[in-house]
Amino acid sequence: MHNCETIESSINKTELIDALQAIVDNDSVLFETEDLTPYECDGLSAYHALPLVVVLPETIEQVQSILSLCHQHKVPVVARGAGTGLSGGALPHEQGVLLSLAKFKNIIHIDPRRRIAKVQPGVRNLAISQAVDQYGLYYAPDPSSQIACTIGGNVAENSGGVHCLKYGLTVHNIQQLKIITIEGELLTIGGSGLDSSGYDLLALMTGSEGMLGVIVEVTVKLLPKPDRAQVLLAAFNDVVKAGEAVGNIIAAGIIPAGLEMMDKLAIKAAEDFVHAGYPLDAEAILLCELDGTNEEVSEHVLQVRDVLKRSGATEVRTARDEAERLIFWKGRKAAFPAVGRISPDYYCMDGTIPRKQLPRVLKTMADLSEHYNLPVANVFHAGDGNLHPLILYDANVPGELERTEEFGGKILELCVEVGGTITGEHGVGMEKINQMCVQFNSPELSQFHAVKAAFDAQGLLNPGKAVPTLHRCAEFGAMHVHKGKLAFPELERF
Amino acid sequence: MNTDISQQLQQQVVDAFEQASPLCIVGGNSKSFYGRTVSTQTLNIESHRGVLNYEPTELVITVRAGTRLIEIETLLAEHGQMLAFEPPAFSPAATIGGTIACNLSGPRRAYTGAARDYLLGCKIINGKGEILSFGGEVMKNVAGYDVSRLMAGAMGTLGVLLEVSLKVLPRPEKESTQFFQCSTEQALEKIHALSQTPLPLSASCFNDGQLQIRLSGTTKAVNAAIETIGGDTLNNANDYWLAVKEQTLDFFNTEKSLWRISIASDTKSLPLQGEYLYEWGGALRWLKSNETAELIQNTVAAVDGHACLFRHNHHGLFQPLTPGLMRIHKNLKQAFDPANILNPGKLYPEL
Ligand SMILES: Cc1cc2nc3c(=O)[nH]c(=O)nc-3n(C[C@H](O)[C@H](O)[C@H](O)COP(=O)(O)OP(=O)(O)OC[C@H]3O[C@@H](n4cnc5c(N)ncnc54)[C@H](O)[C@@H]3O)c2cc1C
Repeated sequence: MHNCETIESSINKTELIDALQAIVDNDSVLFETEDLTPYECDGLSAYHALPLVVVLPETIEQVQSILSLCHQHKVPVVARGAGTGLSGGALPHEQGVLLSLAKFKNIIHIDPRRRIAKVQPGVRNLAISQAVDQYGLYYAPDPSSQIACTIGGNVAENSGGVHCLKYGLTVHNIQQLKIITIEGELLTIGGSGLDSSGYDLLALMTGSEGMLGVIVEVTVKLLPKPDRAQVLLAAFNDVVKAGEAVGNIIAAGIIPAGLEMMDKLAIKAAEDFVHAGYPLDAEAILLCELDGTNEEVSEHVLQVRDVLKRSGATEVRTARDEAERLIFWKGRKAAFPAVGRISPDYYCMDGTIPRKQLPRVLKTMADLSEHYNLPVANVFHAGDGNLHPLILYDANVPGELERTEEFGGKILELCVEVGGTITGEHGVGMEKINQMCVQFNSPELSQFHAVKAAFDAQGLLNPGKAVPTLHRCAEFGAMHVHKGKLAFPELERF
Repeated sequence: MNTDISQQLQQQVVDAFEQASPLCIVGGNSKSFYGRTVSTQTLNIESHRGVLNYEPTELVITVRAGTRLIEIETLLAEHGQMLAFEPPAFSPAATIGGTIACNLSGPRRAYTGAARDYLLGCKIINGKGEILSFGGEVMKNVAGYDVSRLMAGAMGTLGVLLEVSLKVLPRPEKESTQFFQCSTEQALEKIHALSQTPLPLSASCFNDGQLQIRLSGTTKAVNAAIETIGGDTLNNANDYWLAVKEQTLDFFNTEKSLWRISIASDTKSLPLQGEYLYEWGGALRWLKSNETAELIQNTVAAVDGHACLFRHNHHGLFQPLTPGLMRIHKNLKQAFDPANILNPGKLYPEL
């Protein structure tokens, strides 16, 4: 069902293993089924496949040799960080090499004066902030998966976190990359300054989902830790009011460090799990974090309290101390696993919408939830309009996964319809490949393919992901009429 | 003013593509000195203008590329907002399209980000005359490659910008600028020490023995920061930063070549003859010099920086790319503009 494209390699499995073992030591090439199984999927376990081989290089030269070998013999290559991706981006290719960057876990250099850290791609997101903490610095993008996910994966997905409204996404917080092309060539992108000459390849690489090159070194920018961070928790008896409160905070000229929303089901799940003291009778809660200098935070806390109350909050709490602030956040950061406890399986969606469309989107989602008879818990990066509806289902009930996927697809199409996008931070991967046909038309998709070909003419890096072929869209489009027009009228129908 | 000439522009590009006859894309003609000279038929986007969508509470504005920068900044100011990258205009005629194509940012850049950081989406005409949309009007969007940001700084060589969507930010409640008399070394030392703290810095500039530091934020926060950093308060600070941004300070009045050097902020004084003005905490250095391009660019490349001849007898020169990067650049140019008709040679002779 989730098959990748077929590629004709000019080397068989045994020859490939031999050739790889000549590059890295024997233990770093895995090919027995039981050794391959841990790599069969990423965080989206509904999609799985075994690669031909897994290879775990530890030097840049080895990565260069592996890629040039694969290039020479037309072998597909899928890069993998920690495998926490939620869109099947690191799903192996059955005829290919799974290239794990797990051994690249050194922090090469920290420069507190320049406020940068040079790290290998397999370094975990949180490990960077921990290593630079002694200098009063931190790395701002903080995906909820930050204890596990790697910086290489973060760059490949342009990951965000709860603080990206104020501090930006991965693309705003990196300065230089070293990548290896499919030919095995090492390229340095970006410079030691804030900007560099030529095209913005740094931006192009960020979020490219392992399709353009393999990232082997990342220079991240660091920020001074704010003097103070304070979080407010507001309860609402109406989700729409909570949404309006978000707009009102921004209208007051305040950009919170984080601004998150959870709906009733998500609140309940999180509360049962971490006992954060969330109000269980609320229809929605907002968590609003303010950071900066002492004076600024004090002023903003008062202003935001006021805005929240005027926006109809039934209750506004300010965390009394750092411990309570962390508890407030813990519930939000653990929302996914918390939902995992109340349902055998859940499916996390990732659309972004213009915030003013929230009432319409929530209403339609509730209708769809009823139609498909599947409950939805909503976790929402409210400040930047990034929705994470979690559809609760049971994979053991025949047909439920299919129904869930269809429901999920409808949510994404809804996001596009209201002027948003099918993915805010989790990437297209294998999962949202069909919805790409809804968001883009064929000249745009062709342009994406041309960009891909500029780096990887033979299409060996992560084949079949991120950008659908026009044929695939024609098949999918036969069922979908986009903006009243048939998609790809120029292509044959089957 | 609100006119849509996208059909016309598209037709011109289609014709140019079919005849393989190059176009020089022109907005307000305010930055024609920047980059290499393209002397061909012009494609004028200036009358493709108008604000298409502005939602202050969504922090987004979408405008046609020919809209004047000044018009956008005025509209945003009416709603207490701003373009946080503080773009230089260099002329009242400057358009947003040219601003994004050049990816030039002003004093706030080191603290809040560059033009490309605020670009959320765009509509372009590629070199085949196709109108394409990438990104959108939302803050987070990772569907497809980030073609929008690729347009920022591409100087029109990959596509004609038709529309851009930008993230906007609230204007700070208060700004104040403190100044200090000091040497270059002391200035770099001071700005680095301050940059490692969470003070609300929003600009820095050192020239002629004087360091200026701007603070932005709530009134109380700025007042407290003034206490912390000391120095004297600069009068007419708005005019001062405008002069830095628009290059109307005396420093910029020169017969020599003006180089723009992007470099690690704490790089020691460069061994290049000439006069310097430091911005962005030391990460941007303007150099007036008669040294050769080769010497300047090699010296800067040795410290992993980029030097660009910004102004000199009406043409510029960018830091040469490594062969590997140039290969990718050429492939990308081919991918967007196969007939090589969009601003050919504006950025590099090969593109
Ligand atoms: C519980 C949970 C919470 C999450 N919360 C967030 C969140 O808040 N925000 C968010 O943005 N994401 C979130 N994610 C998604 C995921 O953690 C991110 O996408 C993360 O960046 C993936 O990193 P990884 O190292 O696990 O990459 P992987 O899953 O291994 O790979 C992801 C993609 O990157 C490519 N890739 C990996 N390494 C490289 C490399 N070195 N060079 C080239 N390509 C490479 C892969 O081919 C694949 O396409 C969450 C996931 C989970 C499970």
